[in-house]
Amino acid sequence: MAVDIALQLEVEHLLARYAHAIDDDRLEAWPEFFTATGRYRITTAENLERGLPLAIVSADSRAMMRDRVSALRHANIYEAQRYRHGISSTLVERLDDATARAVSHFTVVRIMHAGESLLFASGRYLDRIRLIGDGGVPQFEERIVALDSRQIDTLLAIPL
Amino acid sequence: MNTPLASETRCWPVEGLTRVPYWVYQDEDLYAREQEAIFRGATWTFLGLDAELARPCDWKTTFVGDLPVVVARDAAGELHAFENRCAHRGALLCLKGHGNSNEIACIYHNWTYDLAGNLIGVAFRRGLRGQGGMPAEAKPESQAPRKLRLANYHGLLFGTLAASTPPIEEYLGPEIAARVRRVMKEPVKVLGGYSQMLPNNWKLYLDNVKDTYHASLLHLFFTTFRINRLSQDGGVIVGGDGGNHVSYTLMNTGTRGDEYEQAGVRSARDGYRLEAPELLEAVDEIGDGITLQILAVFPGFVLQQIMNSLAVRQVIPKGVGRTELVWTCFGYASDDEAMIARRLRQANLIGPAGFISMEDGAATGFVQRGAAGAPDRASVVEMGGRDVASDGSRVNETSVRGLWQAYRRHMGL
Repeated sequence: MAVDIALQLEVEHLLARYAHAIDDDRLEAWPEFFTATGRYRITTAENLERGLPLAIVSADSRAMMRDRVSALRHANIYEAQRYRHGISSTLVERLDDATARAVSHFTVVRIMHAGESLLFASGRYLDRIRLIGDGGVPQFEERIVALDSRQIDTLLAIPL
Repeated sequence: MNTPLASETRCWPVEGLTRVPYWVYQDEDLYAREQEAIFRGATWTFLGLDAELARPCDWKTTFVGDLPVVVARDAAGELHAFENRCAHRGALLCLKGHGNSNEIACIYHNWTYDLAGNLIGVAFRRGLRGQGGMPAEAKPESQAPRKLRLANYHGLLFGTLAASTPPIEEYLGPEIAARVRRVMKEPVKVLGGYSQMLPNNWKLYLDNVKDTYHASLLHLFFTTFRINRLSQDGGVIVGGDGGNHVSYTLMNTGTRGDEYEQAGVRSARDGYRLEAPELLEAVDEIGDGITLQILAVFPGFVLQQIMNSLAVRQVIPKGVGRTELVWTCFGYASDDEAMIARRLRQANLIGPAGFISMEDGAATGFVQRGAAGAPDRASVVEMGGRDVASDGSRVNETSVRGLWQAYRRHMGL
């Protein structure tokens, strides 16, 4: 199968910009990677395999994502921490003129303010992408973060 | 020469229930004693939901303290719980979290068991071609996995190894039992689950669940949106021998007071509103106006109703300084799509990423770290007095004292 190089690069660029925004603590930019009615889920591979709908984090709109950022900034109490995303093995499939589907692998290292680094999460991003979103750039219509493990260390504050 | 174990030289502070010495969260040998006196002793450990084993021959694995356990529904529909340990060399019988099979075979030497935990087959027991095999008088069954007494209380499965554990309803106490039935009022359906690994002793999580005083002080999200404030109507009921409790809050009462603002409490931040308030859109499905009920049963079970978010939480010790908190969220089998969507939306409030619960994992770890060099100092548990009693106020630590009353009785401390 021929690789659509332009599409591949466009999708990988979206994935890279998303990871940089989170790892650089630009959380206010996070909802903007989604369409206005974009869906975001963090769940476990086990829940997905068993057909169980529960998510650890769910949002059905940018507004819900902005609420989460606002709560993280102003309401929730957690120790200062950062993420470092690694994203690889991105497979892209065009669905139609306007949308594509992508599956990629991620690992996230969590770095605590005191210096402890931990392999915090690994899994797959299951994405449906609108190729020409607001401002002419691609946006997620849906991003499902499927964690390989069902165990979360301590707490999950920052989105993955 | 025998050196006395650290925990045998420890003395509880003379103040009694209003002090919890920090060595209880730190001593290695105390942890081993807890396994025997509490988890393998006269207590009921929560094993899961009846609904997790919906079909005949479904089984799951879990733990009673450190003890690995299989819970199974046999072909006739009867539930069993037994040790997840082969009679032969002690290997785990079931490796996976759940499965469905008529029998269970140990992978090591293929000894087989029925779903009640009975040893039914020993590979090559009579040898091969007249050679090898076990002597005719051998009794491998003598080391068979121990069977637990199992209680199915309105869909909640509990297990105990001890013959002396009182019947489950008596163990819960009448008021706590009524509050269990309030939530488990009809057949339930599992919506999913996950685990949270907490960097602290298991008792610190129970302390946290039973601490009605912290809820609206630590969890700012609650307070800001006026979901739960200590000035709302509600109360705390302590039951069983002190180790069980329920705390609850009634809707639409007392949320306009300004006690918090006057006291200058950190969590009374105002002017913060949700852009997507549908997150908190709830219905009074039980019909008694209680928006929040947290119920805990010693030594490691929590039943949660936060608006329409229903969950069970299992507290599993993983060594002195580590605890696994297993969350299973559920709805009722009768739920329509709108109700399922509501429960899933409200699941944002709970779990490791929960708007109102993420701090718990951190706060309990802060105690483990904060008290690291102070085994002989103690925490002060004096809110609401010095005794263990039910109370209309949640500016109170009565259920924390109840926990330690039960703990000390089981441990002989």
